[in-house]
Amino acid sequence: MRTGYFPGCSLHGTAREFDESLRAVAGAIGAPLAEIDDWNCCGASSAHVVGQRLAVALPARNLALAEAQGVEQVLAPCAACYNRLAKARRVIEEDEALRREMPELLGRPFGNRVAVRNILEFLTDALPVIEARLVHAFGGLPLACYYGCLLVRPASVTSAEDPEHPTAMEQIARACGAAPVTWHMGLECCGGSLSVSRTGSVIRLGRAILEDARKAGAEALLVACPMCHSNLDFRQRAMTRDGRPPIPVLYVTELVGLALGIEPRRLGLDRHFVSPAPLLARRGQAPAGGRH
Amino acid sequence: MSRSPVSDGGLRERILQETGVNTARCYQCGKCSAGCPMAAETRWRPHDVMRMVNTGAVGPLQDDPSIWLCLACETCASRCPNGCDPARVIDALRERFAREAPGGVPRPVAAFHRAFLDQVRRHGRSFELGMVMEYKLRTGALTEDALSAPGLLARGKLSLTPSRISGIGEVRRIFDACTGSAGTGAGGTGAGGDDR
Ligand code: SF4
Ligand code: SF4
Repeated sequence: MRTGYFPGCSLHGTAREFDESLRAVAGAIGAPLAEIDDWNCCGASSAHVVGQRLAVALPARNLALAEAQGVEQVLAPCAACYNRLAKARRVIEEDEALRREMPELLGRPFGNRVAVRNILEFLTDALPVIEARLVHAFGGLPLACYYGCLLVRPASVTSAEDPEHPTAMEQIARACGAAPVTWHMGLECCGGSLSVSRTGSVIRLGRAILEDARKAGAEALLVACPMCHSNLDFRQRAMTRDGRPPIPVLYVTELVGLALGIEPRRLGLDRHFVSPAPLLARRGQAPAGGRH
Repeated sequence: MSRSPVSDGGLRERILQETGVNTARCYQCGKCSAGCPMAAETRWRPHDVMRMVNTGAVGPLQDDPSIWLCLACETCASRCPNGCDPARVIDALRERFAREAPGGVPRPVAAFHRAFLDQVRRHGRSFELGMVMEYKLRTGALTEDALSAPGLLARGKLSLTPSRISGIGEVRRIFDACTGSAGTGAGGTGAGGDDR
């Protein structure tokens, strides 16, 4: 099945390492990605504040482009983009009037035929290949799998198997030889949409997440969302009380890439604010260097 | 059968029509608010919003930033035992308030959405540097550290020029059709429509 790739704005900017690690992993497992030509921003956390029509129409243009490109599914690795694309698809499916209005609103033919997939679904499908090509398993590295909101909620949009107890990220982590810890904050919100306009709230929420991960013995956090990553990595210093060791935040694609033996730099691991280098050295993975 | 609310005839019915959420099913158990990550900072929590919609007395929500701090995390919606969706109701109220009384939207929140959507309307994609600069201008937070540009630049995470898509005309038409304000930028986020 041909998979279209919708990187979204973050993966071309602050989440570059998510894009780099995904491309490297996709290459290594033989699942080439065709980027959707001329894609536009999905509207993220802002369009729906203005109105539902805008929040549906912006993602829908991308679905129309994907359709025109002849793909059957679109991979949206950013959790926010995934949520917006999947929600638009569903809203249009349920609202016949809106569906009929779409081609004119978009100025394009639109049949709402393209499925939307997130990074966990993509990697879960690839698990047999990943397991077969594993060259550098993590020997029981304790990890806190952090889902946040947009990959699991609302269940009607995400088709998460159980929105209160998802396990896809844990299964991927285990396949890479890591040992997911049991903790309480895996589904809590990091405050993403207030990151710029009310940073204090984000610090409060992030601190609780990091503290709980530490208490559970995690040596790193595993994420699949650029907003969670930027909050917990970029702002971690402000969230950490004196003397606590920093805790690296890894994209799930970075973990898989390392386990597949891909060089840390090709995975963008040197772009993090909390350097994963000490952890990787301790765990017998090559150090990432740094751009600090 | 439905009873007309006191101060806003039929708000509950209109919300039902707009969102498909039947707020009358809410029995005020408070489970939504118990899991709400912003409950510690807000005066009115999701179960309060549901009650106010049911009685039609949403005035207090207009005089307070509470609903503007909702993160759309959907925790409330996924835990409600009655299948209510407070997050969706809050979205509908925000849309309504931004239209009717834009002055009540907290300035940083309005400025962020406005700055973000302006970039999307202009380029088809978000341009982080432009967004942060516009945000700072709109809020006057010139010294505040919205995003530490040097750290991001050093890591190759910040581009200095926007990338404009070739279908930008399509995106602008979508904005115009959905915001009903041709040529006025993103509009509708409540920062007032006269400052561009
Ligand atoms: S959880 Fe549902 S029923 Fe309970 S107060 Fe909230 S909206 Fe009402
Ligand atoms: S969606 Fe909004 S109201 Fe609901 S739990 Fe999250 S922050 Fe609270």
